[in-house]
Amino acid sequence: MIFSEKMMQLLGMGIVESLYMTLVSAAVAYILGLPLGLILVATDKDGIKPMPRFNSILGIMVNILRSIPFLILAIFISPLTKAIAGKSYGSTAMIVPLVVSAFPYIARLVESSIKEVDRGVIEAAQSMGASTKQIIMKVLLPEAVPSLLVGATIATTTILGYSAMAGFIGGGGLGAICINYGYSRYEDDVMTVTVILLVIVMQLLQEIGMRIANKSNKR
Amino acid sequence: MKQQTAQKPIIQIKGLHKNYRLKDKEAIALENINLDIYSGEIFGIIGMSGAGKSTLVRCINFLEKPTAGTVIFDDRDLSTLSEKELCSARQSMGMIFQQFNLLMQRNALKNICFPMEIAGVPKADAQKRAKELLALVGLSDKATAYPAQLSGGQKQRIAIARALATNPKVLLCDEATSALDPTTTRSILSLLKDINQRLGITIIIITHEMSVIEEICQRVAIIADHEIAEVGKVEDIFTKPQAAATKKLVYPESKKTQSFERGQYLRIVFDGSTSFEPIIANMIIDLKESVNIIFADTKNIDGRAFGQTVIQMPDDKRAVARIVAYLRNKNLTVEEVCGNDIQ
Repeated sequence: MIFSEKMMQLLGMGIVESLYMTLVSAAVAYILGLPLGLILVATDKDGIKPMPRFNSILGIMVNILRSIPFLILAIFISPLTKAIAGKSYGSTAMIVPLVVSAFPYIARLVESSIKEVDRGVIEAAQSMGASTKQIIMKVLLPEAVPSLLVGATIATTTILGYSAMAGFIGGGGLGAICINYGYSRYEDDVMTVTVILLVIVMQLLQEIGMRIANKSNKR
Repeated sequence: MKQQTAQKPIIQIKGLHKNYRLKDKEAIALENINLDIYSGEIFGIIGMSGAGKSTLVRCINFLEKPTAGTVIFDDRDLSTLSEKELCSARQSMGMIFQQFNLLMQRNALKNICFPMEIAGVPKADAQKRAKELLALVGLSDKATAYPAQLSGGQKQRIAIARALATNPKVLLCDEATSALDPTTTRSILSLLKDINQRLGITIIIITHEMSVIEEICQRVAIIADHEIAEVGKVEDIFTKPQAAATKKLVYPESKKTQSFERGQYLRIVFDGSTSFEPIIANMIIDLKESVNIIFADTKNIDGRAFGQTVIQMPDDKRAVARIVAYLRNKNLTVEEVCGNDIQ
């Protein structure tokens, strides 16, 4: 199995593009998903600012977004993608559907991490006269950091998987190489190498994420 | 505590009710609680689990809003305060918990800094004060340790230091020693006593253990079935319990003594006014009356006897009278109890 220099370059670019789509999407999705997750926890009926009706409406909206499969969502929102990114294909454009599909998922991950924070610790903060904002910034988020990092690792690897699927609809990266060369042109060797590369990238992201998470855990 | 009557209470609980709304019915947690707690005292609140004592302590700092009635803290009616004012009032009331409730992701020093961050104390001042407090609780060497690296007793010491950080006037202790072993419990209680004496801080202790009350409280309220059953000085409550709920707490557990059925029993209270000598053995020798020891829990503190013993009396009425007279003569508080009382 000998690859031309061109193919090597292509694969190299593929890795870079995959990482670019994944990491940028994850970062933007967290900007939306983290506050949303916090709102879901705080407004829960047992939360620090209970607003049960608002909470259930928000919950339903998150569930609706989460229940649309990535590829279908990406096709469905392609006008939005075009409006935001200027075109509906390529790595940068794919960030839009990746974010839309990932942030509700991230909100749920954040919600479950924050809910792990001991109620007693929150009560202790309340007994000291902490405001809702102080409880969120000084108790909920810092105490949940290890769990949030585990969640971020899961989210990032999931987005990497989605980004590969995005190859079908004109996205870039390793997924696109897989589909364009391996699937469309029956170049099995390219397919195999790309899959191996995807596995390696996935493993690396997982490993780095879990290491950071474990390191942050003081329990 | 001599000038107690002349003093104004630091906390007044007035006509306090607390109901919980369950799915289809109201559950009563507290009913018509009235209590005055004076500045500088160590006040105990004791009751069985489910009596409502944890709810009561949370009503004192309004973590739980009472359904009716109010709490006056330091001349301020907490029910009239805005959320913001309430937050600042709470900074004058420290609280410690059974499960310590330390921030697991912060080290000891930063845990102590936490309430000062909330109160807006400049960082350098907070660090300085936190170090002083670490020294006060005897853990100066643990500044950079995380809670997970500390023992239960050490965690509670850090929690105490944290509760004291904002110079509160009152320290609320919610079952603060219930998760600790007896030796650690004693050391935490003596730390609380020391803090009370050195800083003059009022301490309110919630517990289900009579031994905790005996050890450090000056006055105690017994809470049973969501109401205050009895309030008074600890020695009075311990030697002459009035309410049934109090008797249940003060008298030894019936489970330990299967033979509590019929007959005459005598409860002898050792309140520290006698020396630790074999009084009952001497009595048996002197009076030549045999008694059956049903329960004994006495301890020797600085050569003086504390605790209580329950003996079964002979059937002979005159013998009983002699035994009672003998013990009273030794300056002991004795009380005739019947089996039903103890059970």
